[in-house]
Amino acid sequence: MKIILQSIRLLFVLTVLTGILYPLVVTFFAHVAWSEKAEGSLIIANKRAVGSELLAQKTEDNRYFWPRPSAADYATIASGASNLGPSSTALKKAVEERTQKWREANELSAETPVPSDIQFASGSGLDPHISPLAAAQQIQRVAAARNLSLENRAKLTTLVKDSVEGPQWQIFGESRVNVLKLNLAMDRLLFSPQPQ
Amino acid sequence: MSPGEILQICLYICLLVAATATFGPWMARVLTGETTFLDFFLKPVERAVYRISGIDPEIEMNWKQYARAVLAFNFFGFVLVLLLMLFQGILPFNPAKLPNVPFPLALNTAISFMTNTNWQAYSGEAAMSYLTQMAGLGVQNFLSAATGVGVMLALIRGFVRREASELGNFWVDLVRSTLYILLPLSFALALVLVSQGVVQTFSSYVTATTLAGQEQIIPLGPAASQIAIKQLGTNGGGFFGVNSAHPFENPTPLSNFLEMFVILCIPAALTATYGKMVGSMRQGWTIFAAMMIVFLMTLGGMLWAEYATNPVFGTGALMEGKEMRLGVANSVLWGDVTTLASNGSVNAMHSSLSSLAGGIAILNMLLGEVIFGGVGSGLYGMLMFVLLTVFLAGLMVGRTPEYLGKKIEAFDIQMAMTAVLLPSACVLILTALGCFTEAGRASIANPGPHGLSEILYAFASMTNNNGSAFSGLNATTNFYTLSGSLAMLVGRFGVILPVLAIAGNMVTKKVTPASAGTFPTDGGLFVVLLVAVVLIVGALTFFPALSLGPILEHLLVLSGRIF
Repeated sequence: MKIILQSIRLLFVLTVLTGILYPLVVTFFAHVAWSEKAEGSLIIANKRAVGSELLAQKTEDNRYFWPRPSAADYATIASGASNLGPSSTALKKAVEERTQKWREANELSAETPVPSDIQFASGSGLDPHISPLAAAQQIQRVAAARNLSLENRAKLTTLVKDSVEGPQWQIFGESRVNVLKLNLAMDRLLFSPQPQ
Repeated sequence: MSPGEILQICLYICLLVAATATFGPWMARVLTGETTFLDFFLKPVERAVYRISGIDPEIEMNWKQYARAVLAFNFFGFVLVLLLMLFQGILPFNPAKLPNVPFPLALNTAISFMTNTNWQAYSGEAAMSYLTQMAGLGVQNFLSAATGVGVMLALIRGFVRREASELGNFWVDLVRSTLYILLPLSFALALVLVSQGVVQTFSSYVTATTLAGQEQIIPLGPAASQIAIKQLGTNGGGFFGVNSAHPFENPTPLSNFLEMFVILCIPAALTATYGKMVGSMRQGWTIFAAMMIVFLMTLGGMLWAEYATNPVFGTGALMEGKEMRLGVANSVLWGDVTTLASNGSVNAMHSSLSSLAGGIAILNMLLGEVIFGGVGSGLYGMLMFVLLTVFLAGLMVGRTPEYLGKKIEAFDIQMAMTAVLLPSACVLILTALGCFTEAGRASIANPGPHGLSEILYAFASMTNNNGSAFSGLNATTNFYTLSGSLAMLVGRFGVILPVLAIAGNMVTKKVTPASAGTFPTDGGLFVVLLVAVVLIVGALTFFPALSLGPILEHLLVLSGRIF
């Protein structure tokens, strides 16, 4: 009986400590130091949220760069992956379709290798990044859809190059391009050109 | 593999050794009640906790009292989580207006978090209110890990103390490991994670209008605080459904490295804690070495399997289910670490790993989560294998087996065998049940041998309190939630109770001084024996099941046969 009472009282105290105080204190310090990140790294334009720089957005518009395929069609509640295994006919079919669609949309020859991140769907279904090669292969399509002049085309190529993030601290992770940030930077670059 | 990827793996291993050497002995000081620099802040809190709970920290418990305290405390923790889920619709901190959780799922989830499994048959962002996550699931993340440490301490005291009956005070072990180890580390890690972009807020979900003009609902929540302890406490239950593959849960390569490092940090360091407490660091390092050898073997195997060419796709290192910022090597390293450590968080979808890499992930769990394993539970599980090894070595040299000066007798071996065999039997019986019943097969997502792997993975994961999954399997059906609840209970308490019984028996024995005939339990020979026993038990028990699942799938893929 004593053990039961002690259990309940201790559970109560530890719930207050680890379940209420701890998250509240972390939230407080998180907002003091990194409030934008704690709130989801939102990108705000004209006082409206355009998205989060950490979450991919669905787009099939030729004027924008496309993110990696998403098995859950970029759903956020809840996001998900295909979970298809290495012996899956469905996966093989999806990869063949994606590869073909990619080559057609970006006017690539049938021999051009398509990067793995474009052939295969991401784990989160919301992967915000693509490989540098996947970004480069889209420049032609985006530029054509926007009727860019030769000068702007060169600017866009430079922008894509500059958008490549290397491994963090030179050590961790892979080289990648954030698709939403690239698309927004491109809109800024092309709609309000900086005076030379 | 690129040089950068190899460098990250080497860095991981070096840091793990360094953490064991430094943090392990420090934890021994905390757990034996010595003063540390944290006392200044935390001693008053600790005293207040005892006062409010009506606990006298000086009173010690024998093994039966200790076991009763473990069971009672876990039971009420389970009840609290269950109630929070069943009534979250009418409770506060539910800005997304999520409905009450249905009973079978709530039962499964409550048992899952109490047993340190964190198997999830739901997606957090679509099913659990902020209050449920924080005050229910988050709390169990701390307490289930602390429970593991407590049981481990009782076993260590059983070895160390002579002709006694008391094994320590469970409340003190629980409170000290929570307050001095888990809370400060979680706090620090949570803030670093926020700095990388992990969300931590009580705001409601945000609706954004995307560049393409569509609506995108952005889920938020107090995630960082919970993700920190889910990694540190080898819990693994994600705040979001796709766990640490979600960019809000694991936004950068650095957050990935840290989350991955802390999975093994405490379980590895506890081997040195053990060495310090039994008065011989060599004993601790011997266990560490055995764990490290199996870790390197499985990691090597998984990397080889994942980078090998899949003839169906004409290439290896497929990016299916993996994230661009993390890449293939980090996904495989995490996959190995999380299945060895009974953590079960994932940063890539294990179901889409190559056949053999997925198979090694299953084998890792089937070894009983003793290679580093869960916080506390990994070490007491490994000590069961140590006893078996000592026993086998004793049989070979024809002498009464001894460990740390204590004679190992029939009762101890019976209990150790129970702790090893009970979970194994549970996995095999339930997997067979899953294959033979329509209810079990209906949940399969991938046809062919991969379907068997999905069922085997599910029961290996739940029974061994891991919590990761081949998530194609639909685990929300009554068959899986209910049988899984049973598996998680057997896997947790079917080991804890025999361990405490051994501790209770060991603590009464006297210590016989080592002689020339004593078989040494430190050093290279014992490491080799221990590794062999762990691998042979795992291989003999599960080789048939593994050969019908991942191994068969691998052979069929090699010959171009797909499903």
